[in-house]
Amino acid sequence: MEPIIQTAFPFIVFAVGILLAFQGVLMIVAYTVLAERKVLGWIQGRIGPNRVGPWGVMQPFADLLKFIFKEDLVPDKSTKFVYFLAPIVALTCALLPIVVYPFGPVITTIDWSFLPFGVGNGITRLPMTIAQIDVGVLYVLGITSVGVYGIALAGWSSNNKYSLMGGLRSSAQMISYELAMGASVIGVVMLSGSLDLNGIINAQINSPFKWYIIPQFIGFIVFLIAAFAETNRVPFDLPEAETELVAGFHTEYSALKFALFFMAEYVNMFTVSVMCTVLFLGGWYIPGLGHLLEPGSIPYALVSHVGFILKICAFLFLYIWIRGTLPRFRFDQLMNFGWKFLLPLALANVILTIVIVYFLNR
Amino acid sequence: MATSALFFLFAGLAIACAISMVYHRNPIYSAISLIGVFVSLSVLYVTLAATFIAAVQILIYAGAIMVLVVFVIMLLNMDEDKPLNRLRYLYAVGGGLGLILLIQTFFIFYAVMRAPKQAINEDVTVGNTLSIGSAMYTEYLLPVEIVGILLLMAVIGGVILVRKLSQPQMEMVVNSELETRNEPAESDDYRVAL
Repeated sequence: MEPIIQTAFPFIVFAVGILLAFQGVLMIVAYTVLAERKVLGWIQGRIGPNRVGPWGVMQPFADLLKFIFKEDLVPDKSTKFVYFLAPIVALTCALLPIVVYPFGPVITTIDWSFLPFGVGNGITRLPMTIAQIDVGVLYVLGITSVGVYGIALAGWSSNNKYSLMGGLRSSAQMISYELAMGASVIGVVMLSGSLDLNGIINAQINSPFKWYIIPQFIGFIVFLIAAFAETNRVPFDLPEAETELVAGFHTEYSALKFALFFMAEYVNMFTVSVMCTVLFLGGWYIPGLGHLLEPGSIPYALVSHVGFILKICAFLFLYIWIRGTLPRFRFDQLMNFGWKFLLPLALANVILTIVIVYFLNR
Repeated sequence: MATSALFFLFAGLAIACAISMVYHRNPIYSAISLIGVFVSLSVLYVTLAATFIAAVQILIYAGAIMVLVVFVIMLLNMDEDKPLNRLRYLYAVGGGLGLILLIQTFFIFYAVMRAPKQAINEDVTVGNTLSIGSAMYTEYLLPVEIVGILLLMAVIGGVILVRKLSQPQMEMVVNSELETRNEPAESDDYRVAL
C-alpha cells in the first residue's frame, strides 16, 4: 500500500495544482466578462448588469446556463467535422498555456514530513507553477499561434461569406502581429538570458531596475499593442467587425460552441496579460516585500501571488478601458501599422538591446 | 513506463495523421492532418527531453508555416482533388521511391543494432537552448550564415514582387515582357493586364 501511495503522490499533487490553477483562471475570466459589462456601462453612463444576484455577481453563471440551454444551430452546407473541431481547437489552445504560469514564488519553509505514509520526506520546495518548462516563453507563443486555426477553420467551415472574410482577416492579422510580438520578447530574453518564465522573473529581481519595463520600454509598448491585435480586441477586432461582417468568424456559431469561442477570447486576454506581467512587470515580484516578510515563507508567497493577480487585473482593466474609448482600425491601416511601424520598431529595439548588452558585458 | 506509453500513443497518432494526410482528397483535411503530425512529433521531442526543439516545432511548423498553407487553401477555396487518370505511371514511381525509403529506414535500424554500444554521457544536453545556440554560432556558423543570406534574398524578392510600380516603370516592364514574347507592343495592354 505504502509504495503505491508514494508513487501516486506526485500525480495527486499535480492533479490538485491543475484543478486549482484552471478553476482560478476560469473564475477570473468569468468575472472579467462581468467587469467588462459593468465598466463599459460606467464609461457610457449606464449601470450595467445588476439583476442576477446582488450587484449582478451571479451574471456569469446565468450567461453560462443560457449558453448551455440555447438551441444549437448547425448550418446545412457547413463542413461538419471542421465546424465542430474549430471551437475545440480555439479553447484548448487558449487553456494550455496555464500550465506554465508562474503564479508565485517557491515556498521553502514548510516541513512536509507531517504527511502520512512518509510521502513528504525529502520534499523541500513547493513551486507555485504546474510545469517548469525551460522554454516557457516559446511554449506560450507557440500554443497561442496554433490558436489561429480555431478562428481560421471556423470561418472556412461555416460556408458563409462573412465568416470566411472574418477568418481570412484574422489569419492575416495574427500572422502579421505575431512577428512583432516575438521580436519584442527577444529584448527581454537577451537581458535575462533565460526562456523560462520563472527564470525571467528571477533575472529581473537580480537586475538593477527590478522591472524590465524600464530598460525595455519600447519592447513593452510593442508587446502590448501586438497583444491587443493577437487577441482580436478593440481597436483591432477586425475579424468580428459587426458593422461590416455581421459577427465575423463566429456568425454561424450558436449556443455552447459560441460560448467556447467567447471563453477562448477572454482566456487569451488573460494569457497575454500574464505574459506582459511576467516579461515586463516582474511577475509576482513586489519590490521591497522581501524586507517585510521572509522570502520562501507562506505569507510572502500569498502576498506575492495577490500582487501577481492584481497586475494581471490592471492589464485586463486596460483592455476594457480601451474598448470603451477607441474606434476600430480599417483593415489596410491595420496591416500598414503592423508591418511598417510595429515590426521595424521591434527590430530596432532588438538591435539597440544587442548593442547595449554587448557594451555592458565588455 | 509512462514515457514509452506516450511514445507509442503519439508515434501511432503521427503515423495515423500522416496516412490521413495522404488519403484525404479535401486539401483542408490534409492540412489539418499535417498539423496533427507536427504536434505529435513535438510531443515525441518532449519525451526525448529536447524541449527547445519541441517548442520550435510547434512555433514554426504548426504555428507559422501551416497557417500560411491553410490561409492559401481558404483564399483559393480549392475543391476536392480529382483522381488523376493521365498520370498513372506516377503511381509506380511513387511506389518505387517509397520502397527505397523503407529499405533505407531498415538499413538504419540494422546499422544501429550492429553498432558497438556506448555509455550515455550524462553531461551532454543535446536539444537544450544553450547547446543549440552555442553549436549554431560556433561549429555551424557557416551554414547559419548561408541560410540567413538565403532568407534575406527571399525577403527582398517578396518585397520586389509586391511593390507598386509608378506608371513609366510599369510601361517599361510590360514592354520588355511583350518583347521577350515577340508580341507587338500595344500601348493599352498593361492597363488591361494589371
